[in-house]
Amino acid sequence: MSTTREEVLGRVRRALGGTRRSPEEIHAAHAAIQRDYQAEPTLTPEERLELFTDRLVDYDATVHPCAEAEVPATIAGILRERGKTGLLTSPAFPAAWLPDGFTFDRSPELPYEALDACEGAVTDCVLAIAVTGTIVLRHSPELGRRALSLVPDYLLCVIRAEQVVETVPEAIRRMAGLLPESLTTISGPSATADIEMTRIKGVHGPRTLEVILVG
Amino acid sequence: MSVRVGHAAQAPEFPIAAKELVANSQLRRNVRRATDVIQAKRARVVGERPDWQQLRESARQIKQHTLENLDHYLERFEEACTRAGGKVHWARDADEANRIIVGLVQGYGEDEVIKVKTMTSDEICLNPALEAAGITPYETDLADLIVQLGEDRPSHIVVPALHRNRLEIREIFMRKMGLENLGFEPTDLTTAARQYLREKFLRVKVGISGANFAVAETGSICVVESEGNGRMCLSLPRVLISLIGIEKIVPTFQDLEVFLQLLPRSATGERMNPYNSIWTGVTPGDGPEEFHVVLLDNGRTSVLADADTRQTLACIRCGACLNTCPVYRQTGGHAYGSVYGGPIGAILTPQLQSMEHSRSLPYASSLCGACYEVCPVKINIPEVLIQLRARVVREGHSPFSERMAMKGAAFALGDEGRLSLAHALARIAQVPFRHGDHLGGLPGMLGHWTEFRDLPAVPQESFRQWWEKRGKDGPQ
Repeated sequence: MSTTREEVLGRVRRALGGTRRSPEEIHAAHAAIQRDYQAEPTLTPEERLELFTDRLVDYDATVHPCAEAEVPATIAGILRERGKTGLLTSPAFPAAWLPDGFTFDRSPELPYEALDACEGAVTDCVLAIAVTGTIVLRHSPELGRRALSLVPDYLLCVIRAEQVVETVPEAIRRMAGLLPESLTTISGPSATADIEMTRIKGVHGPRTLEVILVG
Repeated sequence: MSVRVGHAAQAPEFPIAAKELVANSQLRRNVRRATDVIQAKRARVVGERPDWQQLRESARQIKQHTLENLDHYLERFEEACTRAGGKVHWARDADEANRIIVGLVQGYGEDEVIKVKTMTSDEICLNPALEAAGITPYETDLADLIVQLGEDRPSHIVVPALHRNRLEIREIFMRKMGLENLGFEPTDLTTAARQYLREKFLRVKVGISGANFAVAETGSICVVESEGNGRMCLSLPRVLISLIGIEKIVPTFQDLEVFLQLLPRSATGERMNPYNSIWTGVTPGDGPEEFHVVLLDNGRTSVLADADTRQTLACIRCGACLNTCPVYRQTGGHAYGSVYGGPIGAILTPQLQSMEHSRSLPYASSLCGACYEVCPVKINIPEVLIQLRARVVREGHSPFSERMAMKGAAFALGDEGRLSLAHALARIAQVPFRHGDHLGGLPGMLGHWTEFRDLPAVPQESFRQWWEKRGKDGPQ
């Protein structure tokens, strides 16, 4: 295998003409790449939240704005409305947000079949992007496995207003600091455009996405 | 070494394949409708970004810089990925990549795999290789599933079943999924796919993916998708194998901020696609326990070797050039004989595999430049097409009749007397085909031109004759 590696790298070097630059020179050349696109925010905090909400609604996600203290009551209201008795969540999900009278399973080891059969999941997030209506999840057994927000057919996500940034570059620069844990970005419910290029909601991921926007 | 690009080496030449496909009016309607929808959506969300041209320029520079230092970045990626718990394999060509992947699946004692859409696996013909080894691959992207169940070939790099309408898809699903009743609405079809695949997602132990971006700095991989089938294949199986062309490397995580703005808007006309998965090696207790990367050359280093056409490797597979191309919109993707169709396929396929098997592809374009205009990484496709046309001629792959015609032209144009003689002969020969001041219905190869266009007749007097007659002092 190592000979294949050397052969492919050798071919790359020959293709490039054999002159190799030092890592410092390469780093400097990368740093010199022109980046004139918009990276910094331009909106007021109110405009930013309004844009984020608009984008989510555009994706057919339901958005419930509420104050921090109202989170448990909001979750309870949503569950009653949808006729659900409980949800799965992660060990790290704030206990203060969970209402009484429903069951919340925090186990990070449930088999996939149990995730498939459950009534849905509730998670928090690490970041959200207003311009694209995107929610960023960070995964670990503690923070919520990748499967938790994927296999259940219903996903409720609680987002704090201060987690919402305006632009994609702002988000990516923050995400870089969250590695090596895996990250998922979610922009609306699972969808496809594979049939006649029409966006159809709901394929393999959660078919219903609901958001509580706190603060 | 055996470079393979799907079945492109056996494919008929473009004009022959195109002639048959253009006659299929259903296919043309499907392709036209789908590309119209996607172009309108793209135009709307691209128009929202006042910094679109700046994003394109940054992307072009990042890709050019990466390619010029590819050996450095491949080594950085390998180091970082290995440090994070991934295992990196290298493959010179399609056969070697297939052997590695088949060997891995067999090594884990499995005989089924679930696949996320990867054009690279179609390029190396991975599915037939898996099947030959007794391993069943399940395509999970809806369009790939339609293509796999319909025993069809992909016709578009982003939406491979774009040539099928809902009625055709319904028929395929009913037949292959054994359904007696299935509605006509797209949601009925997606529900059927969800039910068919769910059990496989939860059960199958090996996932196979490609990658949209592989980050050299961190060893992270990013897969961009819509349906959630990608997330299923990337996070539920015990083993994950990612097949990655060596040109998919980006230097830093921050570089994703450019591409994750350009790709969704260009590919599906969305501000952001529903899901992006970004992972780095393995995480105990979450996701696959074993992670393998297969870094694939398969002709990419020969593309890299030509500084004039190297930019072809900057492609991020958004498909915008296909949707806008007046040729693709008439023929669909199958005419290109390769898993990579449209303008990008017309420049990528001939460079990956030897020119003799795809000499007609650089000519499958009117050079109108629409592809360059929409390309999010500013690949100058018309320029590369012209370079490749020159290479077709240089390497002696142009048709015999064309070579003879060019030789004849060079002979006649090389000497004043011979040119005058040629004019005189042409004036006589054109008589039966002359309609007023133009020619029509010419025989043989020339007939292709005059079938749809007017060719001006050779005038009774050449410029030289007129100049002579005019005398050296000019008109009196």
